[in-house]
Amino acid sequence: MTRMKLALGSVAAIAFGGVVLAAGHADNSRQIEARNGIMTAMALNSSVVGDMARGNTEYDAAAAQSAANALAGLGMVGTGLLWPEGSSSDDVEGGRALAKIWEDRADFDQKWNDFAAAGVALQAVAGDGLEPMQAALADLGKSCGACHDTYRKPQ
Amino acid sequence: MRKALIRVAAVAVAALAVAAWVTRPVPLPDDALAELAALTGDPVAGESVFWAGGCASCHAAEGSEGEARLILSGGQAFPSDFGTFRAPNISMHPEAGIGAWTLAEFANATQRGVSPQGSHYYPAFPYAGYALATSQDMADLWAFWQTLPADGSASQPHDLAFPFSIRRSVGGWKFLYAGAGFTGVAETEAQIRGRYLSEALGHCAECHTPRDALGGLDRTRWLAGAPNPSGQGNIPNITPARLTWSESEIAQYLKDGFTPDFDSVGGHMVSVVANLSRLSDDDRGAIAAYLKAQAPIE
Repeated sequence: MTRMKLALGSVAAIAFGGVVLAAGHADNSRQIEARNGIMTAMALNSSVVGDMARGNTEYDAAAAQSAANALAGLGMVGTGLLWPEGSSSDDVEGGRALAKIWEDRADFDQKWNDFAAAGVALQAVAGDGLEPMQAALADLGKSCGACHDTYRKPQ
Repeated sequence: MRKALIRVAAVAVAALAVAAWVTRPVPLPDDALAELAALTGDPVAGESVFWAGGCASCHAAEGSEGEARLILSGGQAFPSDFGTFRAPNISMHPEAGIGAWTLAEFANATQRGVSPQGSHYYPAFPYAGYALATSQDMADLWAFWQTLPADGSASQPHDLAFPFSIRRSVGGWKFLYAGAGFTGVAETEAQIRGRYLSEALGHCAECHTPRDALGGLDRTRWLAGAPNPSGQGNIPNITPARLTWSESEIAQYLKDGFTPDFDSVGGHMVSVVANLSRLSDDDRGAIAAYLKAQAPIE
């Protein structure tokens, strides 16, 4: 009986300890991975239209359109699943999301929505010629900076 | 004994006199003010001086974008080792701002850090750099200022630790650090223009150069990077030792805010790009040429 009690007690202790450990270390590594991947995808697509806008490559309506489609699509990813509580740079390795995001989540979400809207606006004109594409891309670039000035940890 | 006391007292009085002399606010000299008074300001040219000088980055309200950056109502807080500075209202409002100032008062404030009442401004206001600006640029800037809106918001006080809370102590800081002249290397016409934009107006070094214990710039490590005063991360080294982008990549970044890999600009630099995107391609190219000309410092 005593032995039985001891065994049950040990199992309970281990299980409880495991739960506590899990709660203390919410694993947000996949969210960080996804965030970093999405940012890289944004950069890759921006580089296609950005190099055209800068005059580094020749304007190509079809290539501009497909990059703009991707940017508009990336905006639709939203922030809900990717920036859970407990995934700031204070909490987890490998990310640069400042804790400020969760102090003013509504503002952060608004900044993302501004990016999403800029992506849709770029998508609407990217194939219409260099100048309209340049103007829409300038707005999209500003939407990137508007979030990164406040919510991204400096390197 | 008595003689010794008198001697000590005499030394103390002399030391106080020296301290009073060293820390006194010194406005622009008469000839500079006379030169300024003879100039006619051009508000269109002054707008470029305004954006190159980065006035809006600190004096517009936190988070302002677009046209709102012309409302210089102040209020942004700047943490530092000495306490928290708060940017004052420098809009055209005659009481809350600086709308009632003369050009001479504006130039004394901007280039010597001396208020119309004759007291020191703290060097969070980069007047040590602006001191290198031409009189014509100051006159143009003030002409542009006349076109800016008035805002009635009251300026908020700084929150500083003793002895920095005593304004007169700024005189000692100026004695040690102000009046240094141009520091970076510049040989070609573009590099010289870039140095003027970077050092006299743009004050890049205020963030990108490390400081000593009293807050003076370490000019032996010009633009070699520094801890971020917010306490998080570092302001990058932008000498060629670390800034390996091409001249045109730097100029393009200053215009559209994208790095060569199309990562986006972040932090306070977002505001700097918002300013510099208003300059000409030539001016951004000049800043890039100047940066590439600096000695690489690891």
